[in-house]
Amino acid sequence: MRLLNKSTISRRTFLKTGTVTALGLTIMGPMIIGKDKSWAATFSNIGADDAATLIQMARDIYPHDFLADKYYAKVIQGYDSAAGKDKALKSMISKECKKINSSAKKKYKNNYRMINREVERVDILKSNTKSPLFAKVRGDLVTGLYNNKEVWPKFGYEGESASKGGYLNRGYNDIDWLDKV
Amino acid sequence: MAKFSKNDDSLVVIIGSGAGGGVLGMELAMKGIKTVVLEAGGRHGPQDFVNDEWASFGQISWLDQRTTSGDWRVSRDFSGLPSWIVKAVGGSTLHWAGASLRFQPHEWKVKTNYGNIKNTSIMDWPIDHKEMDKWYTRAENHMGTLGTGGRERLPGNNNYKVFEAGAKRMGYKNFHTGNMSINSKPYDGRVACQQIGFCFQGCKSGAKWSAGYVSIPKGEATGNLECRTNAQVIKIEHDKSGKVTGVVYADAKGKQQRQKARVVCVAGNSIESPRLLLNSESSMFKNGLANSSGEVGKNYMRHMTASTYAIFENPVYFYRGTTMAGIVTDESINDPKRGFVGGYELETLALGLPFMAAFLDPGQWGRGFASSMERYDHMAGLWIVGEDMPQSTNAVTLHKKLKDQHGMPIPNVNFSDHENDIKMRNHAWKQSTALYKSVGATKVLQTPPYPSTHNLGTNRMSASAKDGVCNRNGQTWDIKNLFISDGSQFTTGAAENPTLTIVALAMRQAEFIAKQMSSKAI
Ligand SMILES: Cc1cc2nc3c(=O)[nH]c(=O)nc-3n(C[C@H](O)[C@H](O)[C@H](O)COP(=O)(O)OP(=O)(O)OC[C@H]3O[C@@H](n4cnc5c(N)ncnc54)[C@H](O)[C@@H]3O)c2cc1C
Ligand code: SF4
Repeated sequence: MRLLNKSTISRRTFLKTGTVTALGLTIMGPMIIGKDKSWAATFSNIGADDAATLIQMARDIYPHDFLADKYYAKVIQGYDSAAGKDKALKSMISKECKKINSSAKKKYKNNYRMINREVERVDILKSNTKSPLFAKVRGDLVTGLYNNKEVWPKFGYEGESASKGGYLNRGYNDIDWLDKV
Repeated sequence: MAKFSKNDDSLVVIIGSGAGGGVLGMELAMKGIKTVVLEAGGRHGPQDFVNDEWASFGQISWLDQRTTSGDWRVSRDFSGLPSWIVKAVGGSTLHWAGASLRFQPHEWKVKTNYGNIKNTSIMDWPIDHKEMDKWYTRAENHMGTLGTGGRERLPGNNNYKVFEAGAKRMGYKNFHTGNMSINSKPYDGRVACQQIGFCFQGCKSGAKWSAGYVSIPKGEATGNLECRTNAQVIKIEHDKSGKVTGVVYADAKGKQQRQKARVVCVAGNSIESPRLLLNSESSMFKNGLANSSGEVGKNYMRHMTASTYAIFENPVYFYRGTTMAGIVTDESINDPKRGFVGGYELETLALGLPFMAAFLDPGQWGRGFASSMERYDHMAGLWIVGEDMPQSTNAVTLHKKLKDQHGMPIPNVNFSDHENDIKMRNHAWKQSTALYKSVGATKVLQTPPYPSTHNLGTNRMSASAKDGVCNRNGQTWDIKNLFISDGSQFTTGAAENPTLTIVALAMRQAEFIAKQMSSKAI
């Protein structure tokens, strides 16, 4: 069978340090710096604290351990630019983040993004599934995450194939383990 | 290419260029009848189709606003998207997968064969399989349907091979790579399938039959067919005698135009067709055109559908190659001992990663969902399609408040499963789960129905005027120069994918219309 190599490595470096969240994200002013300083983004409209909350929420909603934070962060970066023009979105994000953090503090004595145990964060999300913010993040991730061409190879999906002549000579019928089951 | 005057009242005007309208237009043009097809969408073909699920959805799907109600899960998960169909030349035969099956003889006469089923509006078709036989053959030859007319079937892809191995273990007897209207060898000037795997996104090689780039161009080549694009009909008009005289449509700029006609054929798919008839109400036809029976918009059917996706220890890469070339037909019989009437087909199906994320289990999140997605390349999958029960409460109606970009009330689609549909779906999930487990599936997912790709029955054919909208020729009971030419004329849905039957009926109707015109009956 023609198997795909699913691991790809991409890394950029930054040098600064600051507050570190459960995900290992570093917050400095409006900027978030990724683990191993592999990426960074500025959230001038929604602020880095709420952005870090949303990135954590995005990962907890569709937790793929083989995906770097930057793929989740990309969806949230979209919110930051949208919030620049959309006041209602901006205030919804800030209001709902506060609510989620207050339920997190009540139950686990910490802001949502600072809770280290996934089960506890998921527990907070479960009690907030009616939140318009949760619904929005989940809904947008369906396309924001899974329709990002950069993640496709990591799931073993090859995408466009017509320009390569389809799969006629590239393994449409090369399954080789069926006689062993 | 022909171009006809808007004032020409000798024309046949067909609304919609899909399986029904596109083929009807081709057939009439070949008989020398001057015909205009008005198509709401634009023209796309192999040259500009894209191997990208969401981009293709944005390019060719019908995106005008709609609302939903009823207890079906689509109404909760995709409330603005009751159906997944196309707005472009060729209609939904751009998205379609190509599965082309004849109805079984008993499915033309379900009331006789199933009896009175409670809470349904079940009826026999006013036609039978003997009469349809030659039209099916003609349709298969036009579409190049494999497994018929001496045309060899496609080779099986990885998804099919898993499916076939499971079918054998289950003791099924009737399975193969399907009667697909996809070339296995060059046919009718089109190439053989390249196993590209984006059949739903419009076939980039043109190996798959579509009314858009096969039938319509054949009609145009005669000089008798004009296919006018970006022409969305908003009203059908009539004279004092009650005969239809033409249509009003919005052109590409949204400007209203009037096209005169001798005959009008409605083929906008089963949501738009009744919507248009209802919207064409007048002082003479207060409940909408052709609606003296009150049946316009009712008995909406969508097939009993669902999917089953199975995860294996080893990779499958089920998206490689033809999307739906694989079928088990053993379960399509009517065997009430299973606890329901009618039957279903199991057909292989693969979605790309983006659509899988959206449809595998809409609304789900967390580790369980993520872990299934991570096994995407280890999945095999199938689609379940079976006969659903017509119910008069499942209906397309006009929205009381919301209007579209042309000021026309938008449609609401109300649907709830019948008890028979639910029992059949559960049976099909049970059987297909066993099928995949028999070849070592480590996890099997039972996926709920997608937005409807098969939309049927909302202007149904009946033996008597009080029970339906049109007669055995698709001619409306109330207005003799107004015809129903798409899937909305289905009396009942059968277990099979509908397009071959829509095409065969369109061919049969073309002959009837030609005769009626030459005898000056219309
Ligand atoms: C993803 C997918 C896969 C499918 N696979 C299969 C399969 O394998 N086998 C099978 O048998 N079927 C399949 N189908 C179903 C099949 O495509 C439809 O049943 C068939 O095309 C319906 O034919 P129709 O003539 O009723 O409508 P359509 O083919 O949808 O044509 C209707 C046309 O009318 C136009 N229109 C609507 N309203 C107006 C208006 N007011 N004015 C002008 N134009 C208008 C629309 O834009 C459209 O082009 C599939 C469908 C989809 C979406
Ligand atoms: S698999 Fe065959 S039919 Fe499907 S898109 Fe590719 S060439 Fe066309």
